[in-house]
Amino acid sequence: MTVNDPINVIRLEDICYAYPGTDTNVLNHLDLEINKGHRIGMMAPNGSGKTTLLHVIMGLCRPDSGTITIFGKVLKEEKDFVPVRSKIGLLFQDSDDQLFCPTVLDDVAFGPLNLGFSREDAIDIARMTLERLGIEAFERHITHRLSGGQKRLVAMAAVLAMGPDVLLLDEPTAGLDNKVQKKLIHILNRLDIPYFVISHEFDFVSSVTDRIYSMENGRILKDDEIHIHRHEHVHKHGRHPHIHK
Amino acid sequence: MIEEKFAFGNSMIHGLSPAVRIVSAGVLSSCAALCDNLYMSGAYLGIALVLCCMAKLNWKDVLLRLKPVFWFLLMIWIVLPLTFDGEVLFKYGILEFTRPGIELCAKITVKSVSILLMFTALIATMSIASLGNGLHRIHVPDKMVFLLLMSYRYIAVIQEEYHRLLRAAKFRGFVPGTNLHSYKTFAYLAGMLFVRASLRARRVHNAMLCRGFHRKFYTLDLYQPNVLNTVFLTGTCLAGVALVLFERVWM
Repeated sequence: MTVNDPINVIRLEDICYAYPGTDTNVLNHLDLEINKGHRIGMMAPNGSGKTTLLHVIMGLCRPDSGTITIFGKVLKEEKDFVPVRSKIGLLFQDSDDQLFCPTVLDDVAFGPLNLGFSREDAIDIARMTLERLGIEAFERHITHRLSGGQKRLVAMAAVLAMGPDVLLLDEPTAGLDNKVQKKLIHILNRLDIPYFVISHEFDFVSSVTDRIYSMENGRILKDDEIHIHRHEHVHKHGRHPHIHK
Repeated sequence: MIEEKFAFGNSMIHGLSPAVRIVSAGVLSSCAALCDNLYMSGAYLGIALVLCCMAKLNWKDVLLRLKPVFWFLLMIWIVLPLTFDGEVLFKYGILEFTRPGIELCAKITVKSVSILLMFTALIATMSIASLGNGLHRIHVPDKMVFLLLMSYRYIAVIQEEYHRLLRAAKFRGFVPGTNLHSYKTFAYLAGMLFVRASLRARRVHNAMLCRGFHRKFYTLDLYQPNVLNTVFLTGTCLAGVALVLFERVWM
């Protein structure tokens, strides 16, 4: 697949990144492709560089080497990333980081206003997005008084209100109950844009994605290299410690 | 957490535009502050009480809100009548209470209670979000408005962080006392709070960049101008100016 292939959305090639002041590469010659129609899940241990990977894609962390190509353009400088950011929706791990406006409507309209929409249009877009996610009742609510699940749904609305072409979700179900998880699954399965989901919950990832990647030593392990699965079984002496071979 | 006890209601005042209420409160309280006549101050107190009635405020909550002011006024009533020069109104042993001192105390009391009641009726009856909206509408610089709104948004988060840290310390047997260990622990807590607030600020800034933030702030104006707003603003401004003129010309 070439860089200018229209189905190529995000392409990382040979990315190396180490946090300033450290020698260890969090991302070590990493390659990743997210194309149209992709619904990718990522399950990997804490500290393996999953969130850093998303920040590199968004240009919040600048890699030490490698090439970032998004929508067919090679991005190097901060000014290259600015127009691209509004086309990529990043859902942060902690919704309190993402929701900084006092009311839900203000927050959801923040993105469209930055995109240059008029106040009236931004309000309309925000209201339509809230309605689409079934949370229009929260419109006038004060963001910091929402519950964790409500905050996550509002953060999702804030991201979707910008009309992104691709979604990056950083542990969207962390700390959420089953009801909100089901709602998120429903929302994600209805989306027609590619997305990349980081999560530790196998059930969630397997119900919203069609391929699951993992990370090890700063590199991505793909489907054919790993096989993450869950199995349940019954056998004798189950109460005693045992080893599976 | 910032308490917004009076912010939500269904009175006429609650339905007015935040900008109108801010301007009205500013005009009326400035006029009240400039007033030099005790009887005229009574008129401002009357207006403040009417505004409170219009806002359908719970009087018990209003009095509780004014409690700190009453303590301050009590201090003034103890000190000023005894220390102010002038005609002695009555004596109690060696204590002499002067007429100008008592008059000044009465003026300060009436004026400060009037201004606070005006602000309670007009400003405390809106959420901080609406206050930001109103300030933006009257052309207060965007950066100042957003500083207010961001502080309001994150005070609760910082408070939560503080309680989390304090809980963690208490779970490990920390009992605050007047000793070096306690002071050191609180210094650690404060330091950690700054570190976490700074990390949070960086993450929030990143989140803003991801949503297309380019150093320009926008505010949504949800209140549409209507006749009631115009009538109210005109009424309060005229009342203020009329009282000032009346005092200057006739009193």
